[in-house]
Amino acid sequence: MKLQFAVYRYNPDVDTKPYMQDYTLEVAEGSDMMVLDALLKLKEQDPTLAFRRSCREGVCGSDGINMNGKNGLACITPVSTFKGKKLEIRPLPGMPVVRDLVVDLTQFYIQYEKIKPFLINDEKTPAREHLQSPEERAHLDGLYECIMCACCSTACPSFWWNPDKFIGPSGLLHAYRFLIDSRDTATEERLSGLDDAYSVFRCHGIMNCVDVCPKGLNPTKAIGHIKSMLLKRAV
Amino acid sequence: MVTNAASFGRSGVHDYILIRASAVILACYSIFLVGFIALSSPLTFDVWHGLFSTLPMKVFTLLALFALLIHAWIGVWQVLTDYIKCTALRGVLQFIFVITAFSYLAAGIVIVWGV
Repeated sequence: MKLQFAVYRYNPDVDTKPYMQDYTLEVAEGSDMMVLDALLKLKEQDPTLAFRRSCREGVCGSDGINMNGKNGLACITPVSTFKGKKLEIRPLPGMPVVRDLVVDLTQFYIQYEKIKPFLINDEKTPAREHLQSPEERAHLDGLYECIMCACCSTACPSFWWNPDKFIGPSGLLHAYRFLIDSRDTATEERLSGLDDAYSVFRCHGIMNCVDVCPKGLNPTKAIGHIKSMLLKRAV
Repeated sequence: MVTNAASFGRSGVHDYILIRASAVILACYSIFLVGFIALSSPLTFDVWHGLFSTLPMKVFTLLALFALLIHAWIGVWQVLTDYIKCTALRGVLQFIFVITAFSYLAAGIVIVWGV
């Protein structure tokens, strides 16, 4: 069985512009593999092909790519998902390309930094850990699991157009994770930092983020909660 | 916190409330007009003139035009800040759209109060 691939190639040191390169992979009839395994085999054919990967099991978030128009993690996406069609592999959209499928995620991390992704607690430090009830801990479910693969933010048109001002779905999911944390005491300060026309309110709820999240999370819902918190604080 | 001076509202929340409140007014006005046209048979000049002669309809119309101004101001600002990256061009386009919306409001006041 032959698998057909078209892979985005761009080496700024050599190429004047990006191009798509076709590859064919011979595999056993009826067999399946993850897209990352296919990429590794393609790299054996062509060692100049560049892409990121690390854990190979959907935990590290390094191998976020665009497969036939949809973002996802190469390591947990079976080739069979594409039903024998030619698989077009591109880098995550909207980000500057460093080389081939490797993108520069600096802007993504700058937005992440803005939301202060750490617990702020100005109360007296307890002798041991900050305690939470099971109910309080349950609020963090669906939020803490984000692995920051950037699949959601790079699928979001609002982030494409304003990556310097809109926090993006991933950053906002993390922002809500700290806003709702019973141990965090900086809720007011965090909300003040988000109360402008761009940081949160550029989300128009098109839910591309939900559609592509490889961990099945719902950033749109978290953003809705942040909007509600901002509204309750303002009216 | 990102600052801006070109939108209508004072903050993101203010814009968010204004754009939704104005949308509700515009939706009510549109539904009322469509309903009136559908239910008024035959729709003669006298019926139409009679509708706009009443004070509540004049106030409702001006309210809708004012809602249009706010809704268009914020909406156009959002679209332009997405797609027009040249600040000078965006400023000019924003100015044209806002002036047009103001003109509709001014014309609306004159027309409605002339009935």
